[in-house]
Amino acid sequence: MNNLKLNILLLIIAVIAPAVFYPVFLAKILCFALFACAFNLLLGYAGLLSFGHAAFLGTGGYVTGYLMINTGLSPEIAIILGMVAGGILGAIFGKLAVKREGIYFAMVTLALAQLVFFFYLQAPFTNGEDGLQGVPRGAIFGLIDLSNNYTMYYFVLAIFILGYWIINRTVHSPFGQVLKAIRENEDRAISLGYEVNRYKWVAFIISAALASLAGSTKALVFNLASLTDVHWHMSGEVILMTLVGGVGTILGPILGAGIVVSMQNYLSGGELGNYIHIIMGFVFVVCVLSFRSGIVGQLLKFKRNNF
Amino acid sequence: MTHSTPDVILQTQDLTKSFKGFTAVSGVNLSIQRGHIHALIGPNGAGKTTVFNLLTKFLKPTSGKILFNSEDITKLEPAAIARKGVIRSFQISAVFPHLTVLENVRIALQRKEGTSFHFWKHESTLNRLNDKAVDLLDSVGLSDFASTVTVDLSYGRKRALEIATTLAVEPELMLLDEPTQGMGHEDVGLVTELIKTVSKNRTILMVEHNLQVVSRLADRITVLQRGSILTEGNYQEVSNNPEVREAYLGSEIETEHKHSAEVAS
Repeated sequence: MNNLKLNILLLIIAVIAPAVFYPVFLAKILCFALFACAFNLLLGYAGLLSFGHAAFLGTGGYVTGYLMINTGLSPEIAIILGMVAGGILGAIFGKLAVKREGIYFAMVTLALAQLVFFFYLQAPFTNGEDGLQGVPRGAIFGLIDLSNNYTMYYFVLAIFILGYWIINRTVHSPFGQVLKAIRENEDRAISLGYEVNRYKWVAFIISAALASLAGSTKALVFNLASLTDVHWHMSGEVILMTLVGGVGTILGPILGAGIVVSMQNYLSGGELGNYIHIIMGFVFVVCVLSFRSGIVGQLLKFKRNNF
Repeated sequence: MTHSTPDVILQTQDLTKSFKGFTAVSGVNLSIQRGHIHALIGPNGAGKTTVFNLLTKFLKPTSGKILFNSEDITKLEPAAIARKGVIRSFQISAVFPHLTVLENVRIALQRKEGTSFHFWKHESTLNRLNDKAVDLLDSVGLSDFASTVTVDLSYGRKRALEIATTLAVEPELMLLDEPTQGMGHEDVGLVTELIKTVSKNRTILMVEHNLQVVSRLADRITVLQRGSILTEGNYQEVSNNPEVREAYLGSEIETEHKHSAEVAS
């Protein structure tokens, strides 16, 4: 009930936000928020730290970008195909990674993501360092033209809500219950008859597909698919967003993405532009040291203790 | 007894596990009779927990066979063995700490629903299992704690919850790894009674250090020493075995024995 009210409030804010902020900036936040939510599904609810999620964000972007430039597909189809491609890549990554645990899981995902990075660097269709530029936004169902930034923003908002709903539902599903059990005590889950690796694998695929959805959408917003999105920096950034906002909370990654993207946006233009990495690193250290459960996690604790 | 007879539920044949030159379990031939509470005792490092890990395949045997209901299960995965009806507990209480007590039991009930991969369904579809879960909690005296987050339970109650969770999957054979370890007197009594109650129509194999518990519960006892079976029998036979007394139990079993004799008279 309380959650419903909060969600409605957030929706109202999201709908009127373009009146105050630049819609492309807001769309960027939403793309990263979806990316972080997808990542959080793995880390927060299955206890799996992936260090290769940039591969999915990037794959979504490249596939959608390539299709928009070279075929006459409408954007919703190009986005769906980008998501499917990311899901398939996730199925391969996941199959290999879930055999390992903890730091080894993270290393396997990082290694695979590096392979994907060098593939995109070399592959002819990605234009290497230049990236895919001038990706047209097209028109949804051939009817609604997305070249207007406001229209684009509301389209991104709709996609974000869909992805957010899928994640929410997954967390609060019979499947989500088993995931939480695995996170809490993997051996016990096995001894109750659950083949935990298959559950982790499915969670990995869902997370990868949604991360690709974010990447696909982002490519349309910026008319660009580039190596930045597949670089391991991006895999690190999504961890930062999730931890700052609050891992294992539904809203944390959204807030985290908002904070990180805003900082990048406002700092990079100003005099502090050269210090952006130092400032972000400082924020990260403060967050991890003083409130390990992230901003939202800390607020929830405060609420539990005082109300 | 080289071949399994119908009333033998679990049998091992020359079960052996070596770790890089060190043989933790060596040629163990166990035979658990259906309906028994069978205790596995022995000094620290005798290989009791290793045997448990082998039986449930959390470790792979170096050689030997495991038969469950005369079927060779040596090659099965741990989760598959659990689905056959062999459910184990762990030395450290095996609960899901940040789920509620009710959810803990429901996780176990949920598997047979066949919806465990359904990420598109709402978890409220699991609510129809709640009555059964509460019944199970009732059977271990925890129904008042159904909505408590498990991490807040006392140690003894966590173990009781663990037993309720194990019962939820209707195990044919329960493997309990030191169910009373680290407990105060009251909790030991509580859990002992609980095991006695749930052992009806079930078979239990337990590792236990507390000889008083063993004497009260076990129909049959296997003594392990340095990875091999030293002797086997009921409590009287085992406790009177001079080898057992000398080899490791020493005075401890005598006092325990006296104590139980006092209780009996």
